Amino acid sequence: MTHHDTRKDWRTRSADTAARKEAAAPLFAKGKEVLAKDTVALLEAVIRAGDIVNIEGNNQKQADFLAECLNQADKSKIHDLHMVQSAVPLKSHLDLFENGIAKKLDFAFGGPQAGRVAEFIGNGKIQLGAIHTYLELFGRYFLDLTPRVSLVCAYKADRKGNLYTGFNTEDTPVIVEATKFKDGIVIAQVNEIVDELPRVDIPGDWVDAVIESPKPFFIEPLFTRDPANITDNQILLAMMCLKGIYGEYGVTSMNHGIGFLTSAIELILPTYGAELGLKGKICTHMIINPHPTMIPAIEEGWVEAIHCFGGELGMEDYVASRPDIFFIGPDGTLRSNRAFAQTAGHYAADMFIGGTLQIDKYGNSSTATAGRVAGFGGAPNMGCDPKGRRHPSGAWLKCGEELPSLDTLTGSVPRGKRLVVQGVETFGEGRKPVFVDELDAWKLAKNANLDIPPVMIYGDDLTHIVTEEGIAYLSRCKDMETRMAAIRAVAGFTDIGLTAKPEETKALREAGIVKTPSDLGIDPSRATRDLLAAKNMRDLVTWSGGLYNPPARFRNW
Amino acid sequence: MALHTLELTLEPAAAAGPVKAPTHIGVTGSSDLEVLIQPEALDGKVAVKLVTPVTGFDPLWERVLRKFIDETSLSDTRIEINDNNATPAVVLLRLHQAFTAANAA
Repeated sequence: MTHHDTRKDWRTRSADTAARKEAAAPLFAKGKEVLAKDTVALLEAVIRAGDIVNIEGNNQKQADFLAECLNQADKSKIHDLHMVQSAVPLKSHLDLFENGIAKKLDFAFGGPQAGRVAEFIGNGKIQLGAIHTYLELFGRYFLDLTPRVSLVCAYKADRKGNLYTGFNTEDTPVIVEATKFKDGIVIAQVNEIVDELPRVDIPGDWVDAVIESPKPFFIEPLFTRDPANITDNQILLAMMCLKGIYGEYGVTSMNHGIGFLTSAIELILPTYGAELGLKGKICTHMIINPHPTMIPAIEEGWVEAIHCFGGELGMEDYVASRPDIFFIGPDGTLRSNRAFAQTAGHYAADMFIGGTLQIDKYGNSSTATAGRVAGFGGAPNMGCDPKGRRHPSGAWLKCGEELPSLDTLTGSVPRGKRLVVQGVETFGEGRKPVFVDELDAWKLAKNANLDIPPVMIYGDDLTHIVTEEGIAYLSRCKDMETRMAAIRAVAGFTDIGLTAKPEETKALREAGIVKTPSDLGIDPSRATRDLLAAKNMRDLVTWSGGLYNPPARFRNW
Repeated sequence: MALHTLELTLEPAAAAGPVKAPTHIGVTGSSDLEVLIQPEALDGKVAVKLVTPVTGFDPLWERVLRKFIDETSLSDTRIEINDNNATPAVVLLRLHQAFTAANAA
């Protein structure tokens, strides 16, 4: 048998990379440093039409200078790029499509540009690949969406290309690894080029060029919630969550989504949580960003470990001063890592709790609205039952044992279930009902030509809904009819809620499938801001012993 | 912005009497409301005067207030509400807080 090797060359990619780097060679000032004024020329030298390109940007730090420079590139040279990136929250990310430089988009989170994403998909300026979760997109970087060129960002670099990403390491390692180990090109914008780095987060031989940007990269304090804005109603929901879910199941590991409800929960741990005797029994291991509202609970000794997706502005010194709790480098500063935190949030944690804009009558939920392609970032990975999970824990087993239909799926073999909790008021902003007959995601799918409506959390993954009316224990529902009845029972005065039948709700309460505040032994008149361990930003600073340094816009004293 | 006023007279299914003392709860801050609740002989009824910047939600207000009256069996009481875009959940919570405080007074 003869071996026919029709391909003469197995190194076309590295040869192509070498040619591109050769074209860029005259632009290097010293070592791997390229001056900011030569950035556009550098991009034109190393990027080719049709390339798969990543611009580092997630919901926190942004390679904003490189995104702006790419927009200035000569369109006759660089066009039809296929952008693969976590998020497109900057105007410049969408300008690439407006300007004809980019054509196709695969992403996870739209953020403030969600309206333009929908518009551009509608008018053909964006060819949408798919909306992913972070982990799903990271996975595809190593499969069929490997970047040819990645534009990343770091705090500091040296001239050998070593990067210090520090507190906000976030997505950088996963992007660089996928790109560089498939012969791609990595360009980093940094706030400062120095001789000596505090520590090396990305080794220099994985980086092709470093540029000191004219101003520091943009970063958003996305996870800061001012306790002054927490309402009594959010405190009522938080009390129900602690007593009816955290305490009931003994949930020790979890992710808290962004929002005032989870902030309220964090701030009543040292008060109401302590009163319930839950210290040491819940919330010991958390996958969250360094939420300022966690400071009182950390200080009171509730938490053993926190791993972070990213940093949070102002929390640097506090986190660095609590190395028993956070993941700190040899240099003494936090290293966040979105890919690992998402992995932990997906597989290792027992619970996800967050909010949403809409829940349909079946329990599917979405933050998608008719005119905005926002994406869901990491929520679906944590807000789902990870089918690959094999390690048991108390909360996971208890939730699994409750499933009346488990035996129809696995026979006599026991299996646990992740707790996935949505905490919502029945009416949201502008008195928009949260409980709806059909999700707006269906309208969006039609408007933006999507194959499927973008659902954040599917009904079969959702185990609990908490509203001011009470808790619906969906994990205890034997069929869709019971599940829909439980949802109606906590849907308040929304049209869905008004279809609840009193005798049906009574039966659900007797079966422990629905629990009102009084069923839980909670007096709503106790739900006041007096329960908050910190009532404002100043209190958080005091709790931190002056280590928390809130961004200027949160300094209201 | 023009304010919308809604006046309702509700009758409890089973009258349990008025609140003990006049009480004021809450502030008319964003997404919140203030409630003034006081005993007044009204032939067993409850009179509600509501001022809100939002229009188009009268039936919803009536359902929320109806639920509150049913849950408390309140009678012979006057309630004034000054609303600033509170959700029904907040409305009910404040009403219950006012009810508890008025009877504790």
